[in-house]
Amino acid sequence: MVSAMEQVTPKIVEPTIFDLSSPGRVGVAMPASDVPETDLPPGHLLRSDLPLPEVAEVDVMRHYMHLSKFNYSVDGGYYPLGSCTMKYNPKINEDVCRLPGFLFTHPLQPIETAQGNLILMYQLQEWLKEIAGFAAVTLQPAAGAHGEFTGVLMMRAYHKSRGDTKRIKMLIPDAAHGTNPASVGMMGMTVVTIPSDERGNVDLNALEAACDDTVVGMMLTNPNTLGLFDENIERVVELVHGCGGLMYGDGANLNALLGIVRPGDLGFDLMHFNLHKTFSVPHGGGGPGVGPVGVAAHLADFLPEPLVGIVEEGDDETPPLYGFVKPAKTIGRMKAFNGHFGGGFVRAFTYIAMHGPDGLKDIAQYAVLNANYLQARLRDTYHVPFDRICMHEFVAEGQFEGSDVRALDIAKRLMDYNFHPPTNYFPLIVHEALMIEPTETENKDTLDAFANALIKIADEAKTQPDLLHNAPSTTLFGRMDEVKAARELVLCCWLPEGYDLNA
Amino acid sequence: MTYIPISPHERDDMLKTIGVKSLDDLFDVVPAKYRFPKLDLPRALTEMEAYAELSELAQANENVRGDLISFLGAGMYNHYIPSVIDHMLRRGEFYTAYTPYQPEISQGTLQAIFEYQSLMSALTGMDVSNASHYDGATATAEAVSLAYAQFRGKRKKVVISPTVHPQYRAVIRTYTQGMEIEVAGDDQSLISNLQSLISEETSLVIVQYPDFFGRVHDYTKLIEDAHAKGALVCVVANPTALAMFKTPASMGADIVVGDGQPLGIPMWYGGPSVGFFTTRKQYVHKMAGRLVGETIDNRGQRAYVLTLTAREQHIKRERATSNICTNQGLLALATAVYLSTLGKNGLRQVAELCYQKAHYAASELSQVRGYRLTHSEPFFHEFTLTCPKPVAEINAQLLEHGILGGYDLSQDYPSRKNQMLVAVTEMNTKEEIDALVQALWEVNHG
Repeated sequence: MVSAMEQVTPKIVEPTIFDLSSPGRVGVAMPASDVPETDLPPGHLLRSDLPLPEVAEVDVMRHYMHLSKFNYSVDGGYYPLGSCTMKYNPKINEDVCRLPGFLFTHPLQPIETAQGNLILMYQLQEWLKEIAGFAAVTLQPAAGAHGEFTGVLMMRAYHKSRGDTKRIKMLIPDAAHGTNPASVGMMGMTVVTIPSDERGNVDLNALEAACDDTVVGMMLTNPNTLGLFDENIERVVELVHGCGGLMYGDGANLNALLGIVRPGDLGFDLMHFNLHKTFSVPHGGGGPGVGPVGVAAHLADFLPEPLVGIVEEGDDETPPLYGFVKPAKTIGRMKAFNGHFGGGFVRAFTYIAMHGPDGLKDIAQYAVLNANYLQARLRDTYHVPFDRICMHEFVAEGQFEGSDVRALDIAKRLMDYNFHPPTNYFPLIVHEALMIEPTETENKDTLDAFANALIKIADEAKTQPDLLHNAPSTTLFGRMDEVKAARELVLCCWLPEGYDLNA
Repeated sequence: MTYIPISPHERDDMLKTIGVKSLDDLFDVVPAKYRFPKLDLPRALTEMEAYAELSELAQANENVRGDLISFLGAGMYNHYIPSVIDHMLRRGEFYTAYTPYQPEISQGTLQAIFEYQSLMSALTGMDVSNASHYDGATATAEAVSLAYAQFRGKRKKVVISPTVHPQYRAVIRTYTQGMEIEVAGDDQSLISNLQSLISEETSLVIVQYPDFFGRVHDYTKLIEDAHAKGALVCVVANPTALAMFKTPASMGADIVVGDGQPLGIPMWYGGPSVGFFTTRKQYVHKMAGRLVGETIDNRGQRAYVLTLTAREQHIKRERATSNICTNQGLLALATAVYLSTLGKNGLRQVAELCYQKAHYAASELSQVRGYRLTHSEPFFHEFTLTCPKPVAEINAQLLEHGILGGYDLSQDYPSRKNQMLVAVTEMNTKEEIDALVQALWEVNHG
C-alpha cells in the first residue's frame, strides 16, 4: 500500500550536485599536455562515458555552502553529547596541520627526508604513554573502534603466545559502547555481559562468578557510560587479573581523567585513546577519528607494526635518527601507511603541547565541574537514577510520570531552543536515557541556558506535550520518515544505464 | 593556554551549587595513591610558540611541492587539489559537526555524503556505495567480512592476487586472525594461476586494478570463472584510473573498493584519506559502515538520513559483521567536492595527463643504458622499471639530485630485485621527467 505522503512530489530544499549539472560547464581547467602524445590503450579497455556532473566552481562553492548551513556544529553551538566529548576545536590546529611540510610528504619517502613527521609521531607516542601510564603506544588505529579491534587482537595474541588457548570469553559491562561487543564478535570470541550494581559500579559478585580460566579479559569504560568512576576499580582489576585475564580500557571517557589518574597506574593492561574526543581533533561530521592504543610492558611486543622509534642514537653533534620499528611479536598491520598523521596526530600534538601538565588537569577538572553543575541544576526536574558526584557526564531519564513524552521528544524539542540534543537511548540500562556531557569548553551562561531550556521543556511536557511530539518546528527540516528510507533504499541519485530498479 | 571559558568567580559559584569546596573535591572517588599524578610533560606553549614549533617540525621534512621532485606512488599519489576543496573543508559547519545522528540539524553532512555515495557509484559503475571506510586497505578487509557473512561462514577461503598492494594484503591477514579464514594466492607470481586456486570453498577473490605493478588487466574472464564457482570478486581500484579505463562493474565485479586519496586529499604522510566501498544492491545488507538514504521529512521536503542502521554495531553489538563506527566524513566531503569540481571532463583530463606523462617517462627511461620496462602490458600512471643495480642505491643518489625515486619492489617481492615502481602524475612536468632521465644517466656514470 502506498501512503498519501509518498504520492506527493517532495519539495527540494537544495538540489543535488547532479541536478545542478549543465553540459559544458567547467569547474577547473587542467593544463595541456607538455609531452609527445602516446596512443590511448585499445578501446576495449576504456570506458565510453564518465557520468559525473558538469558544474562551474561557483556552482560547487554555493551548493556546498548551502549544505553547510543545514548543519549544527561546535563552532555554531553547544553539543551536550554524552560519550562523544564535543569540545571546541582550537583554530591553530587547522593552520598547523596544513603546513606544506606535513601536507605534501609521502608516507613511503626515506625516513631521512621526513624527520619532522617522525619526531612529531615519536613525541606524541611518548606523551600519550605519560598521560595514561603505559609502556608503549601505537598511533596506527584509525578510530576508537579500530583501536578496540587492535586491542582485542593483541589480547588474543598475548594469551596464544603463552600457550593459553582456551580463553574465549570477554567480559563486558551492560553499560558498554556497542563497539566493544562488536570488536569481540569480529574475533569469534564470546561476550559475557556483566551487570551494573545499584550504585552504577561493576557488580562484583557477578564479575567474580564470571572470572575463570577461559576469560580473555574485560573491556571496561571508566568512568563508565553513566559518567561514574567505578568505586571498586582496584577490586575489579584484581579479579580480572586474578583469573589470568587482561584489563582493557575504553578510552572514550579519558577527558575526565587527564592529570587526575592514569589508567595504567590503576592496572589497566591496555587502552585506546580517542584523539578526536579528548585531544581536539574535530569530528568532521562523522570522521576521521584517531584511535591510538597504549599498552603495559608485557604487551608491547604485540603492538601493530610499524611503531616510530629511534633507529640511530644521536650524540653531541648529531640528533638521533627516527624511523620505523617492528615489534617482535607484532599482530601485523591495522591499516596502510602511517596512521592519521595530518588530520590527527598534528592536531593532537599541538593541543597537548599548548596545554602542558597543568592545562591537561584543568581540562578534566572543568569538564567534571561543568557536568556536576548541570546535574545539580537538573536533578530536581529529571530523575537521575545513579545520583552521586559524576565525572565528565551524567545520565538522566527523559520521561515523566503520567506523560507519554519520551526522551526522543525532549531531544527534538531541544533543537527548537538551538541546542544539539544529548545522546539518547544510551546507555541501554537507563530507561529513556539522556546522556549529558558538557565538556570543559562551555561557559556558565551556556550551561545555564541549556539547563533552563531543559527545565522549561519538562514543563511543556506536562502542559503542551504536542510541542514536544511535533518538535522540532523552528529548524529548517522536520522529523524524518526513517521507515521510507530503509524500505525504498534510495542510496544514490545517479543510476547506472539500464539499471533495473526492480532487481 | 587552555580553552576554558570559566572565570574563578563563576567556578566558585558552580562549586557552591554542586555542594563541594574545591575542584579537587570532585575526585574523592579516585584511589588516593594514584590521584593527581605529576605528569612529566613539557611546559605549556602559547599559540605563537606552538606555531613556531610546528613550523620547525614541518620544515624538517622535505616535501614534494618544492623540496623534491617525486616519482613515488605505490598507493598514495601527488595530484593537484583545486583550492575550492580546502575552502570547503575549513568551514566549521562541516568540520566541527558531529556524526549526523540528528538528521533535522545535519542535512548538510547527510546530503554531502549522499552525493559522495552517488559520485562513487558513478565512478565505479556499482549500484551502491557506503559512507566510507578508514582507507583502501581496511575497505578491502571489510570486503572479506562481507563475503564471509554472505556465505554464512561456510566458504572459508579467500584468494588474493599477489599483485594487490602488499600493505593491503598485510591488513587482510591481520583482520582475519580471529576468523576461520584461509588466505591463499598471494605467494603466486602469475595472475593466470589465480583461477586454479578458486574453488567451491572460495568466498572472495581479490584483484587490483591497475595492479600494484601498474598494469591494466581486463578481469572479465577471471570474474566469470570465479562466479562459475559461486565466489564473489572484489576489485581494488585506483579511482583516477576509473576516469579513463572500463569500470570493474562492467567486468562483472561484485565489490569495488579502493583509496580515495587521489581524489582531492593531500598525502599527509599517509593519512587520513578515505576508503571507498561500493557493491551491488543485493549485498547492501551485508555491507559494513554507515549508509545515507533519501527520504522525506514531515513537511514534505526531500531529506536524507542514516539508514539500515540495524546492521551496525550499536544495535547488533557482537552479532554485527563489523565493529566500524566512524567513517571518514570530512574526507568523503573532500572527495565529493573534488569530483564535482573536476567533473566529467576534468577528471578524464587528469587521467589522460597522467597516462601521457607516464608513457613519455617510460619511453625515455627505457632508453637509459641498463634500464628497461619490466612488463609489456598496458599501464596507467605507474610502471615497473628494471634497473641495473639495487633500487635503494639508485634512490640514494637520486635524492642528491633532489629527486624522490620510485618504490623499491624488492622490499615486498624478493624476486623483484632491481625493480623500481615509478609513478607519474599530472603534477610532473616534462622538465621533471627529463631531469629524472638525466639524473639516471649521471648515476650510471657515477
